[in-house]
Amino acid sequence: MLLRHTPKEITERSALVINPAKTCQPIGAMYAALGIHGCLPHSHGSQGCCAYHRSALTKHYKEPINAATSSFTEGASVFGGQANLLQAIENIFTVYEPEVIAVHTTCLSETIGDDIKQIRDKAEKSGVVPNGKHVIFCNTPSYIGSHVTGFSNMVKGMTEVATNTGKKNGKVNVIPGWVEPADMEEIKRLAALMNVPITLFPDTSGVLNGPLSGEFKMFPEGGVTMKELRESGDAIGTLALGEWCSADAARSLDTRCKVPCKVLDMAFGLKATDRFIDALRIIAGTSVPEEINRERGQLVDMISDAHQYFYQKKVALFGDPDQLIAMTEFLVSIDMWPTHLVTGTPGKKFEKRISELTAHLPYEVNVKTGGDMFLLHQWIKNSPVDLLIGNTYGKHIARDEDIPFLRWGFPILDRMGHQYFPTVGYKGGLRLLEKILGLLLDRKDRDDSEIQFELTL
Amino acid sequence: MKRMRKVAIYGKGGIGKSTTTQNTVAGLAEMGRKVMVVGCDPKADSTRLLLGGLAQKSVLDTLRDEGEDVELENIRKRGFGDTWCVESGGPEPGVGCAGRGIITSINMLESLGAYHESEDLDYAFYDVLGDVVCGGFAMPIRDGKAEEIYIVCSGEMMAMYAANNICKGIMKYAQSGTVRLGGLICNSRNVGNEKEMIEQLASQIGTQMIYFVPRDNMVQRAEINRKTVIEFEPTAEQADHYRNLAKAIDGNDNYVIPKPLEMEKLEKLLMDFGLMEAC
Repeated sequence: MLLRHTPKEITERSALVINPAKTCQPIGAMYAALGIHGCLPHSHGSQGCCAYHRSALTKHYKEPINAATSSFTEGASVFGGQANLLQAIENIFTVYEPEVIAVHTTCLSETIGDDIKQIRDKAEKSGVVPNGKHVIFCNTPSYIGSHVTGFSNMVKGMTEVATNTGKKNGKVNVIPGWVEPADMEEIKRLAALMNVPITLFPDTSGVLNGPLSGEFKMFPEGGVTMKELRESGDAIGTLALGEWCSADAARSLDTRCKVPCKVLDMAFGLKATDRFIDALRIIAGTSVPEEINRERGQLVDMISDAHQYFYQKKVALFGDPDQLIAMTEFLVSIDMWPTHLVTGTPGKKFEKRISELTAHLPYEVNVKTGGDMFLLHQWIKNSPVDLLIGNTYGKHIARDEDIPFLRWGFPILDRMGHQYFPTVGYKGGLRLLEKILGLLLDRKDRDDSEIQFELTL
Repeated sequence: MKRMRKVAIYGKGGIGKSTTTQNTVAGLAEMGRKVMVVGCDPKADSTRLLLGGLAQKSVLDTLRDEGEDVELENIRKRGFGDTWCVESGGPEPGVGCAGRGIITSINMLESLGAYHESEDLDYAFYDVLGDVVCGGFAMPIRDGKAEEIYIVCSGEMMAMYAANNICKGIMKYAQSGTVRLGGLICNSRNVGNEKEMIEQLASQIGTQMIYFVPRDNMVQRAEINRKTVIEFEPTAEQADHYRNLAKAIDGNDNYVIPKPLEMEKLEKLLMDFGLMEAC
């Protein structure tokens, strides 16, 4: 028992978090920045921050993650990091020749109060930023929010380059939130089927799910281009998927460039995908093609075919708010029972949304914002579940409590496939159900007595 | 083997900490004491009078220019009466982290052996900027680095308020460490009832007013000439005052954990003495 010291009895804790259900801001900013074509993320702080975030992303995406750092020393901490960042910008454009450098801060540079905008402007004035190249930035102190906040901040940083020429270009901005490269690809596929021209940002497809070609490319083919980001200010509208991940960027475009925005849930599961497709249809004035209807029908078919196995199965979930909200709605829609939910990311709206989605269920749902894995485990001990859904950090609980475990979210450090197979959209819904059903039935086959054991399920 | 006394001088900004420290150190040096002064202020002006205005390269400037391979001789200089003078230095106004600068600088002095027995020092003086606004400015009183604190103040409300606030910081570290308050130094601003008021404040905090330094333009004249009064005009009355202060500190045996006052009490003190004068 790896977690044998976790007691069943829950006692009030105010000052202590045990096994947090979140990580720090810059990792989100770094992931988002990789969704820009030809972008080198830059961590303005000490080397350790950058090294950790690179390696954590590599463990999840199984790709090399390139990022630069301001390499703070004791001196930089005292005198401020301006000299380091100016030198870094010059070196990076000289040596690696990216299109854009996306700077995010760290706890250290935030605490000493480095003014990134002023340093960036100075870099531009002093000529170390070559013509046509860019430096974008965002502030990512880790003592505020979580990795989700950092992601959101960098996406908002991207919108700062948008310009409003006064002439609409007929395109729709789609901000997918923190999803897998495969999910971003799927969103683009759905929009193409709908015949809606979109600008997806960030877009890590083609960057973090590329083929092994035997040739190293510092900057792979994928990613939203700086030109597209500039032109996002002329779009006819923005669809932001996820209040936590994407809404700030969408609202910034609305304020700065008068691009109207709509904030939706992430497109996981039947209903959320319906709303996404419908929003695309309305904003672009097109109709839903037969192919998408067919995919939807297949998802509905699988839900009804396997309903007996999903029915009233209890689920514990942990991860990031946008994902958990969409997943909870999906689970409820197939008559599964989300029982315990924990996110480490702050935001009071989370508990409210979950309560609304589960209000009609005949039991009290445990939900906590700013909660931790320790509490989740205690809840499970007190009220066992049939399935655990979350990132790899749930594997200790799953093993100790012998619960089927669906790896979903960030990070997944011990399985493959998330890079290549989407879980958004109707197809993604099918994949989620396939996985959930597989886990539940494997468990049933394992636990059934010889008399109950069936060939056909 | 003699034991080096480690002294830190705190007080409200502009109250005359650096001036008082350097003049007192000059007095101690005259008595034959071996003293090192460590300026803990990004402005790096804590040793100007002892060094005769000589430009002093600060520890942090040296660290920035030479890298971490710094030697003791790069960062300390001989001043009046064979004192050793060091400036921590720090970032320009508005950038970086001055507090971290002080931590870095004191750690560096320690690792370079500036306080080592072989240096044969009687005193190390830390002259610290203004209020204890963050952990960095508390560095000189952490981990027993400075063991006796003197607070420079005057009879002005804000100076007394700052002194009281500094006592809160000392109390915090005194409870877990060896740092103690040695007394208040009143650097007179010619406020009415000043001496009595500071004596009363000191006694309520649980300490003493170790010396009352009267106001004298001689101090300004000496400063313009980049000298301490003792060096500039050894026979002046003010020079004797600093000598007396030096003697008082040298012979001090009154060290306490301060009991900072509640705001109301502090205001009442000011009212009582201030009103007396107004009447």
